[in-house]
Amino acid sequence: MTLWAPLGFLALFFLYPLAAILGESFQRAGGTPFAPFFDLLADPYYLDRIGFTFWQATLSTILTLAVGLPSAYAFARHNFLAKTLLRSLITVPFVMPPIVMALGFVALLGPQGALNALLVGLFSLEEPPFHMMNTLAIILLAHVVYEYAIVVRLVSTFWSNLDPRLEASARVLGAGPWTAFYRVTLPLLMPAIGAAAALVFLFTFTSFGVVLILGGSSYATIDVSIYTLAMKLFRLPLAAALAIVQIALTFLVMLVYARLQEATATRIELAPQAATPPGLPRRRGYLLLGGVSLAVFIVVSPLLALVVRSLFPATGEAGLSLAGFSAISSNERNAFFFVSPLMAIRNSLTFALLTTLISLPLGTAAAYILARSRGWWRSPVDALLMLPLGTSSVTLGLGFLLGFDQPPFDLRATWVIIVLAHSLVAYPFVLRSVLSTLRAMDPSLREAARTLGATPLAVFRLVELPLIWRGLLVGATFAFAVSIGEFGASLILVRPEYTTMPLAIFRYLGQPGGQNLTEALAMTTLLMVVTAAGFLIIERLRPRGTAEF
Amino acid sequence: MPRPLTALTALLLAAVLLAACAAPTPPPAVELVLMTHDSFDISKEVIAQFEKANNAKVTILKAGDAGEALTLAILSKDNPPADLFFGVDNTFLGRALAEQVFTPYRSPLLEKVPEKFRLDPTNHVMPVDYGYVTVNYDRKWLSDRGLAPPATLEDLTKSEWKGRLAVQNPATSSPGLVFLLATIVQFGETGDYTYLDFWRDLKADGVLVKDGWSTTYYTDFTLYGGDRPLVVSYTTSPPAEVFFSEGKYTEPPTGNILGKQASFLQIEGVGILKGTKREALAKKLVDFMMDTTFQKDIPSHMFVFPTNQDAPLPDFFRFAESPESPATIHPVTIAENRERWIDAWTNAMLK
Repeated sequence: MTLWAPLGFLALFFLYPLAAILGESFQRAGGTPFAPFFDLLADPYYLDRIGFTFWQATLSTILTLAVGLPSAYAFARHNFLAKTLLRSLITVPFVMPPIVMALGFVALLGPQGALNALLVGLFSLEEPPFHMMNTLAIILLAHVVYEYAIVVRLVSTFWSNLDPRLEASARVLGAGPWTAFYRVTLPLLMPAIGAAAALVFLFTFTSFGVVLILGGSSYATIDVSIYTLAMKLFRLPLAAALAIVQIALTFLVMLVYARLQEATATRIELAPQAATPPGLPRRRGYLLLGGVSLAVFIVVSPLLALVVRSLFPATGEAGLSLAGFSAISSNERNAFFFVSPLMAIRNSLTFALLTTLISLPLGTAAAYILARSRGWWRSPVDALLMLPLGTSSVTLGLGFLLGFDQPPFDLRATWVIIVLAHSLVAYPFVLRSVLSTLRAMDPSLREAARTLGATPLAVFRLVELPLIWRGLLVGATFAFAVSIGEFGASLILVRPEYTTMPLAIFRYLGQPGGQNLTEALAMTTLLMVVTAAGFLIIERLRPRGTAEF
Repeated sequence: MPRPLTALTALLLAAVLLAACAAPTPPPAVELVLMTHDSFDISKEVIAQFEKANNAKVTILKAGDAGEALTLAILSKDNPPADLFFGVDNTFLGRALAEQVFTPYRSPLLEKVPEKFRLDPTNHVMPVDYGYVTVNYDRKWLSDRGLAPPATLEDLTKSEWKGRLAVQNPATSSPGLVFLLATIVQFGETGDYTYLDFWRDLKADGVLVKDGWSTTYYTDFTLYGGDRPLVVSYTTSPPAEVFFSEGKYTEPPTGNILGKQASFLQIEGVGILKGTKREALAKKLVDFMMDTTFQKDIPSHMFVFPTNQDAPLPDFFRFAESPESPATIHPVTIAENRERWIDAWTNAMLK
């Protein structure tokens, strides 16, 4: 029965609000519920948006895998300086609000940015030669920067538990290094690569802010169109039809993915990390490390640009200044909506902690359902469990607004709804990162322990938990990040006392003037520091008596 | 039932319980709830003054930008989460009235508001503030190149401004929509050269369309590292630049295009949500928001003009230019044509 807890959660907090908003929307259509679908299909504009959404998500996923997989190898198989710190840093972009990321890109690649300044200076040019802002290229680059960590962390975690002797045996038997990788390691890695690819695809498929802010209005995705139709043009029937199309497409893609995953999962003997060869690779490896350093640099550089911008503000005297940090800490104008940094940090951390605590058991239970059960319904259930991640935040936000508006369940403007909304988007990360390990685990391990008299709880604690622990930590990292980054919850009524760091940043950037920008950048720097610290703490969590696996 | 899963469920329950204890709790008090958009702000003392005088606790719920907030208010009208809503402007008034979210109230303070700022003849929404949307230009960028600022909207299609203008999508942005209305007044819908002809010319000249004001201003405007010295914003943005410069500027670094009907008047108001249980107190808050204490505090928190003509303006608002002949269209006319105009614009510019 407990198996069904995640499905109950999904039904109550996803399907029910979904039905509430879709019902309301179609009711407004009058006529038949099919009319909005015909309107949608009759307009080539929306068909174009659907095509573009697929296209950019596929392209972004391929690019992210191409950039991320070599790095995943380096993180899994080699030791290098500050590895743990780097692993945290590359995950920080994941929580950056897109508008903030845009500010970082402007400082680096914008018309007056560092790269153009360098080129203009070197070649004494009149006009900046490099144009990348407001193009498809910058959208794709931003997606790689955002999702890189998903590929690196999910794949490297799984990879570091693969027994290196498997590949070594292939080499002994005469396979070249590439053949051994291609024929032995890659097939074994497929569940982890697939899990990362699915998450990246879903995230870019529902890309909203990045596309809106970096690309401009001509690059609208399905998510952007749903938002515009529902929130701005108030054409709810059309928005609802498009939302259903989005959900249906997500479901189909995830169904295909789930089928493929079941086909590629291989039971293997997982090796502890200590068995993987550490140390710097031989000569050939320097090329790899060079490439990986470049990838890490590209991913982290917008963050560095933001920190630099926050320390050298556009206002007041030129030069290094902490003006932004002191400005956000004092309420000079005695504004009603002043948000102290401490309050914003406390709120963000509280919500992120609660989201993580809810997502871990939820995602793990869901992973158990999928790993243990047999039957035709397993793939559909898998796809269903992933749906919240592929659903527009507008659909979710409005669903909550309509679904939970009656006492005693009037959850509007409460903290509960914030945490629930975050958890819906967060638990799929736990599910995917735990499931690949669960499926690889040999069932005889469990059976042996049971035969030797261990209770199911003891089996879980002593046998399974140590094996899935690192997957759990990766899941926890992203659950924490999803919440800190406010994904999907920006359209919910918020009481001022629940203002989080990203919300505070949006507020600053809502008014013109250098000081507002400086304050937004100072808050952004705090957001980075708090997030990186959170990631580092999560990495160090380990149940007592469990060795590093 | 496998026991590990029982443990997981227990953990889930524990997490929810822990959540209940750990989360910040709002102070328990009988409260008057005002729903509004992200840009709303005012001094603490001003709110405190109202609370003290009326033994009330004012809670302010923010719900995204003006358009988003109104959508949430409409969708929750059967069971409103607030007593009042602030932030309906002349471009959204028609939608709010058609959806019947407000209960009418004519504040006696409406007498203090000049006729041209009285937003709603049906008295469902009382005017609180106003401003003008126009094109801001980067003074330094222009003077470095020896260029004179464009004087009128027609000037924007001149060759020197090719690839230099950034605007917001009227379908998603409030200043974007208001600017579209300015072009409709200026060029009309019929004749040799309609507003759509003007927009097609802008498109041919490489106008940049973004979805929101913050992005255009902070990433595309030359003042903040972009390559667009002309950006659609408010006539009060230049004084805000001085106000928020920490002494760097004594004169605004940006200017306004104010030539014939280049700017459009935007009026914003507050209304009492239908279904409130505290209508008498809500009426008092409407009066309070229209009275001088609140009104004179508006410019330095929201950077728009107070509608009450008795409210004095702060010193830095001497840089806030008021156009002599701003464009306007009656809210009813806007409501009737809004979708059609936005669709026509979207077809011309984005499809």
